[in-house]
Amino acid sequence: MNGGLPRRLLLPLCVILVLLWSLLPILWQVTTSFKPNSELLSLPPLMPASPTFEHYRVIFDEQPFHHVLVNSTVVAFATTLAALGIGSLAAFPLARLPIRGKGTFLGIVLGASMFPAIVTVGPLFVIIRELGLRDTWWALVISHTSFSLPLTIWILTNFMRELPEDLYRASRIDGCTPWQSFYHVFLPLCRPGLAAAAILVFLFSWTEFLFALTFTATEASRTVPVAIALFPGLHEIRWGEMAAASVIVTIPVFLIVGAFHKHIVRGLTVGAVKG
Amino acid sequence: MRCMTETRVGIAFLLPALTVLALVSLYPILALLWLSMRHRVLPFQIDQFIGFDNYALLFVTPRFWNSLTVTGYFAGVSVAIEVILGLGIALLLSHSFKGVGWVRAAVLLPWAIPTVVTAKIWDWMYQPQVGVLNYVLQAMHLTTAPIHWLGSPSLAIHAAIVADVWKTTPFVVILLLAAIAMIPRDLYRAAAIDGASSWHTFWHITLPQLRTILIVVILFRMIDAMRVFDLLFVMTGGGPADMTETLSIYTYKILFQTLQFGYGSAIGVVMFLLVASVSLLQLWIGRNEFRRMIGTQV
Repeated sequence: MNGGLPRRLLLPLCVILVLLWSLLPILWQVTTSFKPNSELLSLPPLMPASPTFEHYRVIFDEQPFHHVLVNSTVVAFATTLAALGIGSLAAFPLARLPIRGKGTFLGIVLGASMFPAIVTVGPLFVIIRELGLRDTWWALVISHTSFSLPLTIWILTNFMRELPEDLYRASRIDGCTPWQSFYHVFLPLCRPGLAAAAILVFLFSWTEFLFALTFTATEASRTVPVAIALFPGLHEIRWGEMAAASVIVTIPVFLIVGAFHKHIVRGLTVGAVKG
Repeated sequence: MRCMTETRVGIAFLLPALTVLALVSLYPILALLWLSMRHRVLPFQIDQFIGFDNYALLFVTPRFWNSLTVTGYFAGVSVAIEVILGLGIALLLSHSFKGVGWVRAAVLLPWAIPTVVTAKIWDWMYQPQVGVLNYVLQAMHLTTAPIHWLGSPSLAIHAAIVADVWKTTPFVVILLLAAIAMIPRDLYRAAAIDGASSWHTFWHITLPQLRTILIVVILFRMIDAMRVFDLLFVMTGGGPADMTETLSIYTYKILFQTLQFGYGSAIGVVMFLLVASVSLLQLWIGRNEFRRMIGTQV
């Protein structure tokens, strides 16, 4: 507005402060992952004097980190597929078909999304144990899918509502069955909504901790967040290896945020901000 | 006739979602109520009905009241800081300047990082002897002796709040940025013509326009902060001296470390009721948006 010199400097200065606040802790963890153990015991130096890949080697060679990575990947992809499949099926009638009581249903869905995981984890543990699903991918995929369904249904219902009012009727007059109308007309048009939901569900499953901690027991199903939380250390905490593991689990997250920043924002703001 | 088939088709489409939600979300809540009225300790095959005894025990247990206080303090303080800081950052990033897209994406990163990693990042920086925070403070001659950030009963909760603020402020920023973009530009043009100062413009235009979204954000964040688990579980495990033991962590310890499923479920029920009451407030405030969504029939 009135662009005096201090004011012109204020904006970039604040932006730099915000960037430092957001990025420095992450950069410090990256730096740590490249420091040899001897340099982790004292400061300075701040920057690694003799950078090393040793910690990365150790977590893959001496620990079952690749198992854990595979578990996380399978669970996150399976959850995303299941949540999107089931969620888009449910969103279609909620948005477009004449069904009584869908307000109630959507209310229940929204309510379910607010249940704290800790509230359901006890009873779920008992069920999973009795079904013999403990320490399997199934336990995680099922619980993660159920937990991400409300968000998926909410995003996709909103999205389908935004499509032209007459679309469904027109497709029916052209001879589509309701299924064909859903699959060939609505789904393709919903691609941005599907992308937004997919990214949020994937991120949720990839980073989820409580269910993963409770329902897994060994490398057979343990995911990366749990592996990092329960990092083995006989006498001391192995900060270097932990940092290396953190960097690896965070790389996909960064790629996703970098590539789909706009989709994420769109998914998160659905319903909260009118538009 | 056509309507009949469509209703049937619609129900068929809803069936998978209904099944999953009923089995994995609703059934556990009912099971929780049932369990909370039983004396059940997993490994000993103890399982008997005791009515409301668990609740009676709960209300005379100081550790329960402590966890309630810790939860309230953690949620209240961190949400307050997040909203104020988030509003500031959102206003800053609503300016258009070169590279603003990249800055916005960078600010989002802490939100996307797994919470377990956030906890480890801060735990490492908070280390008394080898942590970078104490090193910087001492190098700047602000402190002389290393501070035990997570080891001191009064500091630990605040150290955890800082980590939580770091991680969740981006969420507030995203929602507020979207809302700021929706404010009609004319309002600002009119204010500029009237010669309003930027403080006046903020106080009389921006803030009132953001009122609804601010309430939504605060409630949403409250619900989230009240059930905080990952961050504290990994960073402090509820210690030192239970000073960071929130309801979630207390419940988890009773359920999975002492395996008292009956008593643990009773704490779960209390927690459910607390979160549900905030959620209901949230739904009530968002009821118009909700009606708009389900309102018009095909």
